[in-house]
Amino acid sequence: MNGLFYISAVVAILSTVMVITELNGVHALLYMIVSLFSVALIFFTLGAPFVAALEVIIYAGAIMVLFVFVIMMLNLGPRAVAQERQWLSPKMWPGPALLALALILELIYILRRGSTVLSGIQIIGPKAVGFSLFGLYLLGVELASILLLAGLIGAYHLGRRASTKEKEGKT
Amino acid sequence: MALVLMRHGLLLAGILFALGLVGVLVRRNLLFILLSIEVMLNATGLAFVVAGSRWIQPDGQVMFLFILTMAAAEVSVGLALLLQLYHRFKSLDIDAVSRMRG
Amino acid sequence: MLELLWLIPTLPFAGFVALALIGARLSRTKVALIGVGSAGLSAIVAGLVGFRFLLSPPPGHLYSQTLWKWMHVGNFMPEIGLSLDALSLVMVLVVSWVSFLIHLYSAEFMVDEEGYSRFFAYMNLFIGFMLTLVLADNLLLLYLGWEGVGLCSYLLIGFWYKDPANGRAAMKAFIVTRIGDAAMAVGLFLIFTHLGTLKIQELMQRASEQWAVGSTLPIAAAALLLGGAVGKSAQLPLQTWLPDAMAGPTPVSALIHAATMVTAGVYLIARTHVLFSLAPAVQLIVALIGAVTLLLAGCSALTQRDIKRVLAYSTISQIGYMFLALGVGAWSAAIFHFMTHAFFKALLFLGAGVVITGLHGEHDMFKMGGLRRQLPLTFWAFLVGAASLSALPLVTAGFYSKDLILWQAWSSKLGSPWLWGAGLAGALLTSVYTFRMVLLTFFGEAKAQVSRSPGVCIGIPLAVLAVLSVIGGFVELPQTLGNLPLFSEFLHSVLPKAPDQGGAGSLLLFQVLAAIVSLGGIWLAYLLFLRHRHYAENLVRTPLGRALHCFWLGGWSFDWLYDTLFVQPFVTVARLGKEDVVDLFYQGVARLSRILHSGLSATQTGRVRWYAAAIGIGAIVTIGIAVLL
Repeated sequence: MNGLFYISAVVAILSTVMVITELNGVHALLYMIVSLFSVALIFFTLGAPFVAALEVIIYAGAIMVLFVFVIMMLNLGPRAVAQERQWLSPKMWPGPALLALALILELIYILRRGSTVLSGIQIIGPKAVGFSLFGLYLLGVELASILLLAGLIGAYHLGRRASTKEKEGKT
Repeated sequence: MALVLMRHGLLLAGILFALGLVGVLVRRNLLFILLSIEVMLNATGLAFVVAGSRWIQPDGQVMFLFILTMAAAEVSVGLALLLQLYHRFKSLDIDAVSRMRG
Repeated sequence: MLELLWLIPTLPFAGFVALALIGARLSRTKVALIGVGSAGLSAIVAGLVGFRFLLSPPPGHLYSQTLWKWMHVGNFMPEIGLSLDALSLVMVLVVSWVSFLIHLYSAEFMVDEEGYSRFFAYMNLFIGFMLTLVLADNLLLLYLGWEGVGLCSYLLIGFWYKDPANGRAAMKAFIVTRIGDAAMAVGLFLIFTHLGTLKIQELMQRASEQWAVGSTLPIAAAALLLGGAVGKSAQLPLQTWLPDAMAGPTPVSALIHAATMVTAGVYLIARTHVLFSLAPAVQLIVALIGAVTLLLAGCSALTQRDIKRVLAYSTISQIGYMFLALGVGAWSAAIFHFMTHAFFKALLFLGAGVVITGLHGEHDMFKMGGLRRQLPLTFWAFLVGAASLSALPLVTAGFYSKDLILWQAWSSKLGSPWLWGAGLAGALLTSVYTFRMVLLTFFGEAKAQVSRSPGVCIGIPLAVLAVLSVIGGFVELPQTLGNLPLFSEFLHSVLPKAPDQGGAGSLLLFQVLAAIVSLGGIWLAYLLFLRHRHYAENLVRTPLGRALHCFWLGGWSFDWLYDTLFVQPFVTVARLGKEDVVDLFYQGVARLSRILHSGLSATQTGRVRWYAAAIGIGAIVTIGIAVLL
């Protein structure tokens, strides 16, 4: 099962690299979904089946679908791809790559000092998560629901068509 | 189930996070920036689950749930803003909205 | 009744406070009521106090009233104290009544001006300070009044502040008098250090006990006080500010620069006469300054075109007479001349004001003419004032006071024939330039039309001052003409008689000489400026004439001299020091701020990815610090 973890890890990294370098929006989204699937698999190997399911259902199933909807709504054509090519010039890469490298090196340095601890010793199922969620972290649940409400209202308000606003004379 | 070194799990999360950061900094299209932010959030969630699994507690998974919720709310608002940007500027170039400068 | 003494300076101060606080919201009538009213009430109280003082003088002819203790520093305890003796009574009466008349005049004169309440506020403040000055019983309070009148002079000269030239004239007045004030302050320090008190009665007593005649301390103290007096009274060498001070409104020139403030120096010397008697060298210098100044200013007045500048130089010259009198020990003669001069000079200025506003701000006498038919009251009043200034024999106040000074200059132990000669020459010059002014302005053919005739508020002060210019001299009739020395007898309780060296027999001769000079001057002016104008013009066209004319017109080039000696070097040094090391430091600070600002504002690009990168860098640095340290 160790190998499963490492294979999933490699797939996740590769697909994430494709996400950030892909020119076509839909292609990038599909690569993202692959990355999410591989992370879900990693969750399974670590003994967290609940969040693995959630990752697929919510993250890949709702959030990414939302992205797809928006892309479809924007109706970007081949012109968008050409524009992306123009924007994504090679000279953009060195700086951010350097930052990322610095970050990873620091992370490696921190992890070097850590002990050889093992994860994935035991499966923690939905029942345990449910007990914890609605017992200890009840307040967090309520706050999360308020956050979703805020997101709902914000998205509704911001998503109104600009043309309707112009028709009403507001800016 | 599988005995994975926590170290490796966290390293994977770090790499994914760094990749997401690169994506935010490099891409100019707002859609891709939002996507890269999702990558970063996902990586953070992975780190939490790895840690929770190490301590044999559901807390990591609970934290991941919260992150997921937050990501959902953020994506909906972010995409709404993206639509507004597109309607106003007819492009998704994030450098077009840089009037607050100087 | 004498307890009301404190009201005399307080009423104008109250008027000032009222006008300063709410004057801008009141109507012109109310403002005039407060302004003129406070001056009037002060004059009435002064009159009552004077009446009581004359009828039943207090013991020792001195009435003191201490209001409160000013400060207490070590053994230095000055008080706000007023003292009334014969000298201050004369000063108070003249100052308060002339001020009241000028206030009345201004109520109509300034009615079209936009700063009406500000004007009356400043004028009231001025009167308050001037009365404090003359009533003060210690030199520190006197100095307070001294500084206060200097401030008000500045404020009033620069009254029409929108024209920068007026501001410059005000600054020039203030700075030149400041030089004198600094000398006076050092004098006060010296007096306090060596005599231990600043109360006038005490210090005069201690000085005459402790200081020998002619020793260095009284010479130094008297010289420093003289410095202050010279500045305030516009005598040599600090006389350059008075002609430029004519930039202020005419009532200001009348009140401050003719009747009251410029005579503060004369009052100071008369008040501290003991110190000057203890320093004969300084007293001689006072006389010399007076003599030289009166000739200098007289020559300059002869060439001026602006009617107010003639009067300004005339004021300098007449105060020179007062200094001459003080210098020869004729203390009461100086105060007598102060009184008559206040009357006729204020009258002349007020008349000039009517002429100037009637001709819409025309100051040049050569553009005036024939106004005697258009402004009859003003003409007659002006004529009376001019006659008094020229010391027309027997009928004018000026004759009696000037004659007394000339006689004392000859007959006093401290006098000399030279001083008398200078005074006599000055009298001739006075007659000539005064009647030059009268003839050019009021006679000849009319070159301009007067638009407005003066009303009651202007007419009354002119009439009253004209009457006073005639009868004011009758309080001091010399031996040959009635022998009624009421004035000097009255002042005798404060000021000693002039040291006489006899020769009273030739008094009549000298009076006749003075009368001849006065009338001769008038006749000369008639010849040169009315009958045969071409004589004067030809005289000016000769090379020597032109040079002299130019020289005298510029006030004997003192402005140029001071500019070259003091102003230009100062300005050069200031300019050199503008970019020196210390300034570089401060400029460096400013430049550094600007660099930092431009650097930091460059980081605000407005681009999201830039900010995200900044967050990333910050995170990396923070983690690095946390990890490595």
